Amino acid sequence: MTSATTAHSVVEPSATTRRFAGSLVVLYAVITMIPLVWIMLTAFKSPDDAISYPPKVLFKPSLEGFCNLFTTRSRQTPEFIRSLGPPQGMCDDIARSRNMVVAGPSNYVPRFVNSLIIAFGSTVLAVALGTLSAYGFSRFRVPLKDDLLFFILSTRMMPPIAVAIPIYLMYRTIGLSDTRLGMILLYTSVNVSLAVWLLKGFIDEIPREYEEAAMIDGYTRFQAFVKVVLPQATTGIAATAIFCLIFAWNEYAFAVLLTSGNAQTAPPFIPIIIGEGGQDWPAVAAGTTLFLVPIVVFTVLLRKHLLRGITFGAVRK
Amino acid sequence: MAQIKVEALDKSFGDFHAVKSASFTVEDGQFLCLLGPSGCGKTTTLRMIAGLELPTAGTIRLDGEDVTMNRASARDIAFVFQLFALYPHMNVRRNIGFPLKCEGIGAAERDRRVVEAARILRISHLLDRSVSGLAGGDRQRVALGRAIVRKPKCFLMDEPLGALDTEMREAMIHELRALHDRLGATTVYVTHDQLEAMAMADRIAVMNNGVVEQVASPRDIYDRPASLFVADFIGSPPMNFLPFRGGLQTGAEAIRLGERDVAIPAAREAMAESELVLGVRPEHVRFTDRGMVRGEVYGTEYLGTTQIVTVTTSYGALKARSPSSRSFRTGETVGLDFRPDTLSIFDKASGRAIRTALHEGVAHG
Repeated sequence: MTSATTAHSVVEPSATTRRFAGSLVVLYAVITMIPLVWIMLTAFKSPDDAISYPPKVLFKPSLEGFCNLFTTRSRQTPEFIRSLGPPQGMCDDIARSRNMVVAGPSNYVPRFVNSLIIAFGSTVLAVALGTLSAYGFSRFRVPLKDDLLFFILSTRMMPPIAVAIPIYLMYRTIGLSDTRLGMILLYTSVNVSLAVWLLKGFIDEIPREYEEAAMIDGYTRFQAFVKVVLPQATTGIAATAIFCLIFAWNEYAFAVLLTSGNAQTAPPFIPIIIGEGGQDWPAVAAGTTLFLVPIVVFTVLLRKHLLRGITFGAVRK
Repeated sequence: MAQIKVEALDKSFGDFHAVKSASFTVEDGQFLCLLGPSGCGKTTTLRMIAGLELPTAGTIRLDGEDVTMNRASARDIAFVFQLFALYPHMNVRRNIGFPLKCEGIGAAERDRRVVEAARILRISHLLDRSVSGLAGGDRQRVALGRAIVRKPKCFLMDEPLGALDTEMREAMIHELRALHDRLGATTVYVTHDQLEAMAMADRIAVMNNGVVEQVASPRDIYDRPASLFVADFIGSPPMNFLPFRGGLQTGAEAIRLGERDVAIPAAREAMAESELVLGVRPEHVRFTDRGMVRGEVYGTEYLGTTQIVTVTTSYGALKARSPSSRSFRTGETVGLDFRPDTLSIFDKASGRAIRTALHEGVAHG
């Protein structure tokens, strides 16, 4: 009789399996990163490098794209430019080399600020409303609970843009067109269904005993909710907030239709840049690159929660 | 500390009648166990006392004050949950201090009382640990700490030892009883485990199908069960039941069982001819050759110092407890005799125990 030696674990994946899985992940990451990297590279190219063929991977970095993004310029005769004093900063210098002068700031910053206000505003509102209603649905005997939940979910069964025309007419009538408030309300109403369903899952997982213990200890239900339920739901709230924010931040169709100046967000503004004097790809790429920053920062800040959040229910704490 | 008086308490969840007119009193400083199988309404009763459920009818008085419809937070009680309900986002110290924070007690005083509670429960060394890393018994001690730190009117405990392993459970039974003796707090304790109830309670309320079947001391519950259910539920193995038909006169000291007369404690009420049940505990069955019931040994269960002998008789299988020194052969014919002064008689239709000399000197409450 010889005894079998089992040096390897039966349940752990083997080294080969791990390497194969690892290379798949890397491959996927590379494929998804290429467009992003290309956009970031383009942002630092000069307009000529940006449209050169074959495409340039190595190039002399330039900030012209960012200058064009943040400024409006007007074309002038070389004589006029020479008659001006010394250039006002780097962007003026670049513009003069192309026979232009900086006329003033572009609309990118106000559009970006609109995006921030509308996206974060609607996220806060959607998550707050979602948490409260999810708690209600999770804990109380609500009449027609299942029907109400289905109704809430059903608002997501069609693409939101299907109701764009009615909303456009409605907003024009009640004066919400091209207002930040209007956009916040719109994105909130789209996101709140997602928030209710996601958060209900999380809150269902929190045993009622925690609130009951707090209520017996002398707290009101609302205090128990704030002090005991919310801290335990942070993972779910963070995950939900990221999903809501990404939707509101990236939303394009409603923004094109419902905003023009006052409340216009960055997504409909960025493509407009291209029309101003030639195909200014570096400026568009610079606008897109900066546009990515808030979501990346927000996601990185909450990534621990996000990772635990999207696998919720799979593993008991 | 306080007296808890529960009167005609009713609770329905839709069509389901969970608690049916439950009444009992827990005197100041008493330890009462609500005992019954799962789904009997014991936890619902406890939750109504706590204010976590509102009764459909009936009243609950704490020290004479009607608190039936009061909010849980207004009742000044402490509740210990089966799954501990320790707040995972707080450490042990903050968990124990949480009820005090609500009362607006200052940090210094709060800390003093948390340390005191931890000392009583011998968890001082755990105060700054996270609750998620604690063993089951320590978690339960933290939960108890959260209960005792506030010095409430009474403690309500919902199967607090249910989630612990056997060894820890044994230890905690003694600890809980010792804690009760030390604090003298009125306690209502829900369990489905008769050993827990027997070991800890001053009084036991046995519940079944939403009805309180009997409220009495552990000894009375065991020796003088008020109903067939209590007799069957308490004791391991449970009481033997011998069905027979007959009537009883007040003062009768024997019943007719088949061909023989069986001596019983003197009847204190009359019973017309009806279906009755004779109840006898396994340890009150004696083996004698002249026994009034005869049967065949079916098998034995060895328990160390004693053994349980199952005997097939014309009244069904009877279990008898016998010293394990005596040996039985399967199939052997034996005669059985019962100790007369310990027998119970029940009315089969209602399940109620018929009053006999057995019940004398026992206060019913």
